[in-house]
Amino acid sequence: MREGYAAVMPANAYNWVAVWRRNFLAWRKVALASVLGNLADPMTNLFGLGFGLGIIVGLIDGTSYIAFLAGGMVATSAMTAATFETMYAAFARMRAQRTWEAILCTQLTLGDIVLGELAWAATKAVLAGTAIAVVAVTLGYAAWASIIYSIPAIAITGFVFASLAMVVVSLAPSYDYFVFYQTLVVTPMVFLCGAVFPVSQMPSAFQRVAGLLPLAHSVDLIRPVMLGLPTGGIGLHIGALCMYAVLPFFLSIALFRRRLMR
Amino acid sequence: MSTVAIDLSCVRKSYGDKIVVDGLSFAVASGECFGLLGPNGAGKSTIARMVLGMVAPDTGKMTVLGEPVPARARLARARIGVVPQFDNLELEFTVRENLLVFGRYFNMSAREVEAVVPALLEFARLESKADARVAELSGGMKRRLTLARALINDPHLLVMDEPTTGLDPHARHLIWERLRLLLARGKTILLTTHFMEEAERLCDRLCVLEAGRKIAEGEPRALIDEQIGCQVIEIYGGNPHELSSLIRPYARHIEVSGETLFCYAPDPEQVLVQLRGRVGLRLLQRPANLEDVFLRLTGREMER
Repeated sequence: MREGYAAVMPANAYNWVAVWRRNFLAWRKVALASVLGNLADPMTNLFGLGFGLGIIVGLIDGTSYIAFLAGGMVATSAMTAATFETMYAAFARMRAQRTWEAILCTQLTLGDIVLGELAWAATKAVLAGTAIAVVAVTLGYAAWASIIYSIPAIAITGFVFASLAMVVVSLAPSYDYFVFYQTLVVTPMVFLCGAVFPVSQMPSAFQRVAGLLPLAHSVDLIRPVMLGLPTGGIGLHIGALCMYAVLPFFLSIALFRRRLMR
Repeated sequence: MSTVAIDLSCVRKSYGDKIVVDGLSFAVASGECFGLLGPNGAGKSTIARMVLGMVAPDTGKMTVLGEPVPARARLARARIGVVPQFDNLELEFTVRENLLVFGRYFNMSAREVEAVVPALLEFARLESKADARVAELSGGMKRRLTLARALINDPHLLVMDEPTTGLDPHARHLIWERLRLLLARGKTILLTTHFMEEAERLCDRLCVLEAGRKIAEGEPRALIDEQIGCQVIEIYGGNPHELSSLIRPYARHIEVSGETLFCYAPDPEQVLVQLRGRVGLRLLQRPANLEDVFLRLTGREMER
């Protein structure tokens, strides 16, 4: 049995690149529409909440509300981009399009495919998150250099949420089940994790829950960088995010093995 | 490279109470075309997937191209080409892009893929379609592209799961012709099919399966001679039971399937004499084929 699981793990450090490149080629054909689709939602939130609520809220921790919100929106858009790419597009490649089935006939393993899909979803997260950061910088809410420092945090956020969504994909019988993950996990996380208002405003029990959620760690890494403030507990945040990326990754491979290779 | 390409020994697989592969053993020699023949649900596809390491057997041993499977199936797959039962080409990609993307799955560089693409396109008769989107191709062209794609890594062994199901006769004959060419080049083929004609035309040896069990194995001609060994008269119309008692003395064996009577007769003339003058009967005299073997072994006709 243990041998069976070993055979489906990533075979080496580079096999996944072929899967990433396949997705990149498919994306290139529809890039414009895809980019607009990815950006519209977080932009609307940034400007709608930022200007609208910003007038009422005033300053938060000494910065304007929209500057505070920018970091949260960068993390949120990375989360959303990775989650949706995995849940809908990767699920389609696994099921309706039979792409995975074709790849499993080559010398790639299930683990190579999952890793390639995660890397691709993280790439889309970087695109989406960076685009929001660029807008924020252009409008003067953050410094240009902050984008460069944010990118690693955005990328790992992408990996985390792709990895978590991959577990959902490996268990979901059909598209209909994704809405539960979206409404019960993803959306509440936006409000619990300090993306739109400081975690310190919540009751302490909620604050403790937030400390366990991955998006809170992403926000705590990205926001201070964008605001030019010192970042505390970098090791803790990165460690927590790595755990959220790696454990679901292996779990999803084991679940896919049960689902696809029986 | 040993001379045995695939070796299965006492392989068993069940899903819950349902036994899909029941103590199956066979060996496929290098360079031969070996057919798995059986009706839908006989376990053919499961066996093909097992050979690729996509299904782990409950018990039994499997070796493919010298590698233990499923433990080291990946190394075997590096030298296998697969034509799956259902097309899984990239519909939005061009023919050329499909080959490029698939070549990368075998760690081939773009240059290495480009070097083999012209020969593959020629083999698949798709030279003029290189830059067409796959979604625009006909069913036969898609199958040929799937075949070309399966050859991208210059495999030693081809695993084909119902390669011509759903194709029109013309497209099917073209695929058969291509497969014979591959056999002439020394490739080994494992073919699953429920087309008797396909098995008879292509396979050097075949294994007849029913409900996951091997019920016969051998060369198609030998199986036919062994199991039937005489001419067949198909009789339509009339009451099969009445007719069968009439011709029984002259028949080696009689099978009734639906409203058709199959009479296996060493001397067909005598049977025809008995039936002469009867109205409403349609008679067809022909040499025996694998269909008869299957009917004989299982007591039922193959679904078509």
